[in-house]
Amino acid sequence: MLTAAIFIPILAAALLALLPRSRGLGASPRALAVAATIVAVVPLVLVAAAWLRFDGASGFQQVETVPWIPTLGISYRVGVDGLSLPLAAMTALVFTVAVAYPVDLRGRPVPYYALILFLEGASVGVFLALDLFLFFVFWDVSLVAMYFLIGAWGHGDAQRSALKFFLYTFAGSLPLLLAILGVYLATDPHTFDMAEIIRQQPLAGGGVYAALVFAGFFAGFAIKTPIVPFHTWLPPAHVDAPGPASAILAGVLLKMGTYGFVRILMSMVPGVWAQLSLPLAVLAVISIVYGALVALAQTNLKRLIAYTSVNHMGYVILGLAVAGAAAPGQEAARALALTGATVEMVAHGLITGGLFLVSGSVLARGGTYDLDSYGGLLGRARSLTWITALLAFASLGLPGLAGFVAEVQIFVGALAVYPALAAVALLGIVITAGLFLRMLGRLFLGALPERWREFPDLGRREAGLLGVLGAFVLLIGVVPGWLLGTIDAFAGPFVGRR
Amino acid sequence: MPIGTMVGWAGDVLAELAMVVGGIVVLLYALAAGPRRQVGAAWLALATTGVALALTIPALGEPGRLTFAGTYAHDAAAAVARVIVLLATGVTVAFSVPWFRRDPRHGEYYTLLLYGALGAMLLAGAAALTELVVAMLMSSATGFVLAAYHRKSSAAAEAAIKYYLVGALANAAMLMGVATLYGLAGATTLDRLAAGLPDSASPAASVAVALVMAGLMFKLGAVPVHVWVPDVAQGAPAPIAGFLTAVPKVGAFVFLARLVLVLPPSTVGWEMMVAVGAAATMTLGNLACLWQDDVRRLLGWSAVSQTGYGLMAVAALGRSDLAMAALLYFLAAYVPANLAAFGVVVTLRGRTALADYPGLANEHRTAAASLALSFLSFIGVPPLSGFVAKLLLFVVAIQAGLAWLAVIAAANTVISIFYYVRVLAPVYFAAAAGRMRTLGAAAAFATAASAAVLVVTGVIAQPLVAAFAAATPGR
Repeated sequence: MLTAAIFIPILAAALLALLPRSRGLGASPRALAVAATIVAVVPLVLVAAAWLRFDGASGFQQVETVPWIPTLGISYRVGVDGLSLPLAAMTALVFTVAVAYPVDLRGRPVPYYALILFLEGASVGVFLALDLFLFFVFWDVSLVAMYFLIGAWGHGDAQRSALKFFLYTFAGSLPLLLAILGVYLATDPHTFDMAEIIRQQPLAGGGVYAALVFAGFFAGFAIKTPIVPFHTWLPPAHVDAPGPASAILAGVLLKMGTYGFVRILMSMVPGVWAQLSLPLAVLAVISIVYGALVALAQTNLKRLIAYTSVNHMGYVILGLAVAGAAAPGQEAARALALTGATVEMVAHGLITGGLFLVSGSVLARGGTYDLDSYGGLLGRARSLTWITALLAFASLGLPGLAGFVAEVQIFVGALAVYPALAAVALLGIVITAGLFLRMLGRLFLGALPERWREFPDLGRREAGLLGVLGAFVLLIGVVPGWLLGTIDAFAGPFVGRR
Repeated sequence: MPIGTMVGWAGDVLAELAMVVGGIVVLLYALAAGPRRQVGAAWLALATTGVALALTIPALGEPGRLTFAGTYAHDAAAAVARVIVLLATGVTVAFSVPWFRRDPRHGEYYTLLLYGALGAMLLAGAAALTELVVAMLMSSATGFVLAAYHRKSSAAAEAAIKYYLVGALANAAMLMGVATLYGLAGATTLDRLAAGLPDSASPAASVAVALVMAGLMFKLGAVPVHVWVPDVAQGAPAPIAGFLTAVPKVGAFVFLARLVLVLPPSTVGWEMMVAVGAAATMTLGNLACLWQDDVRRLLGWSAVSQTGYGLMAVAALGRSDLAMAALLYFLAAYVPANLAAFGVVVTLRGRTALADYPGLANEHRTAAASLALSFLSFIGVPPLSGFVAKLLLFVVAIQAGLAWLAVIAAANTVISIFYYVRVLAPVYFAAAAGRMRTLGAAAAFATAASAAVLVVTGVIAQPLVAAFAAATPGR
């Protein structure tokens, strides 16, 4: 089942790649979009089915495994637990929406849909992989697919942004690979099996070796997340990518970094994480405040959203730093922070994914991201206004929406462990609220410029797809119990184990 | 020597004998056939490699032993190397057929190609310094001529002269090293060499080993005797450029592994020589690639940097059980990637300026995909075989206490993305300036097949890894 969720999109991508470009399906972008959407839904359905079968116990479930390179202790192994299920489901949902979302295909529909489906399989694979080798394979191929998506269908200085993205994140993935090998060589017998490594805790002794492995993992995940000061690849890549690719980049690919922190770094080198949790929390707060301040200064819609991602990833890292801190007696607060951080990963995926799709639609209509050239669109484009407002309010943490559920748990947890830092981080919330309100005002309020008299509203397809994301944002905000319960099946034991 | 023993020994080198005979048959055919029938020589050469391959396969499973009075190895490492060399030779023949079609007098080219391949095969099996000399000269002498095969091309002449001069120097150094080692140890076979060398640190032994290594480094295209590689890659006929930058390496790597495995580590300090050589080679090769505007020259420098990665496995020999497996897997991943890249150049009739590549993906999907797979495998992107190779190289380097070398290799890999992508980006993202004419289907097919190998052996790596892990030559 899980295997099918990964490989059906990948196989479909392979079939598409072999398709003749000038006749049949290859010549009909509309039919292609429908076919690709149908394929893209499959992982969503399969992951949802896996969620229904999930029994709420700790540990990995529904594991599917085949020996791959046994000489090196490598297996194909996938499975789910309370951490990976919500992320895999969010990934499949964001991809479904992104694949179906209208986009300028530049006359090359076949490779576009092939790449995006391939990327879906690989991304779902990252969250389901239970073998470090397999994890790295999916991690790396997702970079290649995203590189081509940005380079071929981006705008502005797309190739330069794509190259920067590729170089930067590949520079992160090599320390990650070396760290994976470091853990691998510390196990006995050598294995890449995540569950076995977590059970063995081969680096529990600490020392220089553990510190080096930690550094490798940290570099890989911090660049991907990104944590300030490793974030400089993010704004150009997000801005120049086509809307759906930006949504995937922010919604899904950034989560690979934060997921890696929990699944690998905090689980396999917990001692070093606990020692460094205060500096990590400081870095997180810097990301929060810095991201918010830089976003405040933006006049470019997409850059603004990109920098709020830096801010939001800061909340996640703050939650993770608290969750992994050596704070005796604070298990409840740490579990809360970990749950909050995980909800934030899901919420940010849906919210920011949606906002990037919105900015793609704005660009398609207005031809620019410059906020100053818009205004008064409330009267012209009602569904665009309402959906953007919903997502923006969710992003700034309005109660009743998904972002609030995440942030309140992170802050409650952080206040118990690092009260001073949490107080500083609250500043980020205030700034974010201000900048989103200002963004809404500049886009939708005030006088409608003459040139936007005929500004078209969202089409039915766009509005419907964004509505799906909005519905989940609302659902998590109002009745979060189903999500929190699943995450807690992972977070509780994780915090109590040590 | 009883005649029966000689016949028995000959049974161990059937593949090599097939190449000798095949080369002569090809030559006789080329002399007899008219200008329009020269292409028949290619079929004969292909048949020869096929026969040699068939004769090699059974040796893959046999336990290793020495033959010809301890001078020649009949083991899995040699057999693996022979398989790689023969397959690469077959692909090179497929590249050459359309390339030389209009050349009325080229039959003997295939004899030289077969003997060049034979040199690499002998090098992989050599277990004595005398065999080393014979194999090296066989490989070099054919290589010089092949590089200059386009008699009227000044680029080819320059490449061949450079190749020859550096080669003469390196081979002379190697001969001096061989003579000195013989003087020190009183033996030429590798197994007796180990016993004969002094136990304590010996400057003479260190210098002698360094001189022998200089010869091997020349074949590998490693620093400091690498200068011929970019010139040959750029100037030699495109099919043979792919061959010369990859195939001789297979033999040289395997012999180097055999040599260092018998050296007493404390005596000559070879690990440091190899490790530093690896770091220097990969770094220099990479940096030279950065602003290269000529694809073939870029491939040449990239071949240098790839040698640096491979040397990591050699440096780890003896301290990591997987080192030999890593080396052989690296060769099995590197050779097809190199052939695929040069195959694209051949398919595009030798077009080589970077400015001639934009829009290739629109004009020729398969060629563009082959180039992309080849480059991504060079970088080490999963699930291509280049990734498994790099993973193995990193593992053995860390196991051998050479983590610093793994870090340097990782940093170099990041640098390498830049120049590979500098070629790939216009191929995929730009529009073509005009029609791109291609050569015959044989070259295109062989290119695509080489690229497909990268995917297949990357995803289904277990059979190769398991077989190679069992192929460590005995001491």
